[in-house]
Amino acid sequence: MTPRRKQRLIMVVFMLIGIGLATTLALKAFNENMMFFYSPTEIASGKAPQNHDFRLGGLVVEGSVRREDNNLTVFFDLTDNNEVITVSYDKILPDLFREGQGIIARGQLNQDGIVVAVEVLAKHDENYMPPEVSDALAKNGGEES
Amino acid sequence: MIPEIGQAALIIAFALALIQASLPLVGAQIGKPRWVNLATPVARGQLLFIVIAYACLSYSFLVNDFSVRYVASTSNTALPLIYKISGVWGAHEGSLLLWALLLSAWTVVVSIFSKSIPKIMLARVISVMGMISVGFISFMLFTSNPFIRLFPAPIDGRSLNPLLQDFGLAIHPPMLYMGYVGFSVAFAFSIAAMIDGKLDAAWARWVRPWTNIAWVFMTLGIALGSWWAYYELGWGGWWFWDPVENASLMPWLVGTALIHSLAVTEKRAAFKSWTVLLAIFSFSLSLLGTFLVRSGVLTSVHAFATDPARGVFILVFLVIVVGGSLVLFSWRASSLRSVGQFAPVSRETGLLFNNVILVTMAGTVLLGTLYPLVLDALGVGKISVGPPYFNQVMVFLAVPLYLLMGFGLFLRWKKDSVSRIKTKIIIPLSLALVAGVLLPLFLAPEQNGLTFIGLISASWVALAALLWLLNSTVSPFKLPASTWGAVIAHIGMAVTVTGITLTSIYSHEKDVRLAPGEFYQVGDYQFRLIGVKEIRRDNYIAYQGIVEASESGKHLVLMHPEKRTYNQSSMPMTEAAIDAGLFRDLFVALGEPLGAGSWSLRIYHKPFVRWIWMGALIMAFGGLLAAADKRYRRFRPHKKAVV
Repeated sequence: MTPRRKQRLIMVVFMLIGIGLATTLALKAFNENMMFFYSPTEIASGKAPQNHDFRLGGLVVEGSVRREDNNLTVFFDLTDNNEVITVSYDKILPDLFREGQGIIARGQLNQDGIVVAVEVLAKHDENYMPPEVSDALAKNGGEES
Repeated sequence: MIPEIGQAALIIAFALALIQASLPLVGAQIGKPRWVNLATPVARGQLLFIVIAYACLSYSFLVNDFSVRYVASTSNTALPLIYKISGVWGAHEGSLLLWALLLSAWTVVVSIFSKSIPKIMLARVISVMGMISVGFISFMLFTSNPFIRLFPAPIDGRSLNPLLQDFGLAIHPPMLYMGYVGFSVAFAFSIAAMIDGKLDAAWARWVRPWTNIAWVFMTLGIALGSWWAYYELGWGGWWFWDPVENASLMPWLVGTALIHSLAVTEKRAAFKSWTVLLAIFSFSLSLLGTFLVRSGVLTSVHAFATDPARGVFILVFLVIVVGGSLVLFSWRASSLRSVGQFAPVSRETGLLFNNVILVTMAGTVLLGTLYPLVLDALGVGKISVGPPYFNQVMVFLAVPLYLLMGFGLFLRWKKDSVSRIKTKIIIPLSLALVAGVLLPLFLAPEQNGLTFIGLISASWVALAALLWLLNSTVSPFKLPASTWGAVIAHIGMAVTVTGITLTSIYSHEKDVRLAPGEFYQVGDYQFRLIGVKEIRRDNYIAYQGIVEASESGKHLVLMHPEKRTYNQSSMPMTEAAIDAGLFRDLFVALGEPLGAGSWSLRIYHKPFVRWIWMGALIMAFGGLLAAADKRYRRFRPHKKAVV
């Protein structure tokens, strides 16, 4: 092998190691931060993971929103017209959060079976239904809007 | 009547696009000069008719012609004039028309500024752009016609989403589209070069300014989008790793790689097939961006359309563009021989690594954006990938990239030695280390590893660029515009990195519950809620909070965050109050009434957040300067190695 070829080879090896490292890290980060979506029925049957973020979606049950008196914490129930799951959230709810509306939350289950949400999303269209939510409703024979 | 004229103009433009896409290309192959000569006049004709179509749609918006379905669904009589004009591209159909308009405008501009380009080459370029035009106009005519009538016509339309009634957002899509469409020029030149079988330094000089200009628009478009999300959505974030944001970031990353790879192709006749591949991918990712944002596959504020036929159309179009160009590439790339040899320590190697990192970045963004969609489409499951994935991977890849950004400038073409580089970088490197360590130690309340990494990277990139300019053997003012452009763009990146680092680490964000008279303290800043009143404006009513911000006990400013409800819609909208500054923003948004006069409030202190967008402006200015370099305007290309 000529010296030039050898240098080239070293360069290529370096690059491959770099890309390999980046890919490994990317896949690891990907796995750690991948979140599955669950419907209230799936959560009630114990499918949701412990100690790992996941997303859930459903309709906010009418009349289920209750607040604590001296802080921002709010509780509300989500349903797919089959099971009901309670969600707690201690930040400001999005503008379009309403009772009866389809929303998506991200968070973890606590011991009491309540989902402690770190993010609540409601879409910026009054007729819009998140596809995950309408799928989950359709599975339970609920009406799609 | 006017909408029908628009419709007719669109059909004529379609016919002209068909001619533009075929005759000049075939003429160039079989040697019919007459067909070749058709390219420019036909492209101009196409532009004329698209302008007519666009003017007709704009007219329908201005006169509130709600018998046009598109107008009825995106505008109403109470809408201010400026948002009627911007309403044209406020939704799916009209934004496609804007795409087509910009595309034919770019084509004509290329034909005007290409006096030095051989006729055959120009004809091929214009033909390829015509093909893209055929794709977009048929998309409109067959699935998303903006001129379709509505019977009976409603008396008043629906409103444009009030979120979109905003100046920043009104100009964000055209900017981004200018970038997306601009990459079609580099793409068309690459296809033409492959057909031609020749790709030389002159070719690179034709392509470089267009690529730079597209990149400038893209940079501005992304920055505008980020700025808009910050002040308008009321969340106070500047980047969410939302698929629509990723859709614009991917072509930007690959486009940045393309700009650098083109430099090697011009100066050293190397990386030729790689450059072509990057041009194909930056344009394909631009199309993918349009597909992601406009087809409704995404659960996002930006997904206006929900018609699957449209998604399928763009997908097929995408497959034809990517598949077709890759087939051509595998067939013809071997004819684009790269002759420039280079040693392992050379500027070529530096740029090679730059390209590898940028493309890897784009790849990881692509994985995080598309993988969930693919799984969903296959029915395997609904997953999503959180922002931490993107943040971790991007920071990991960005650090070596910033290191290279400094080294790369000092490296010589072809062959350099480690010892020479060492003497050159020792000053900027030590200055950067000192600045990056001392600044946070003395000025920041607390430090973490990332503060140092971010600030050392930023000062290294900026100092290396500055000292490289001063170190040059000629006076800096005699250096070509492209050199200045590179230095300024690198400094812009450093400014953005500084902003990102400091905002991410030192921002204080808190949602609080306040009754009138109560306050919340963030560092030296105190936010006191004075009260909330109801106000009434032309097209909305609002709750307006009055919050007094003070610094170390001294009154600073009265802030007025609002919660608006627009007349035409029941959607409430948060209008944050922002006290902007070079070194910090104070951000207050109104949440909900919690009873007994109490409100929830979102209170942020964001140091250096403006630097993120300021840096983007500086980068864009650098790109523009580089595009204006004299050597791109020379008629007869002759070789000269300057940088």
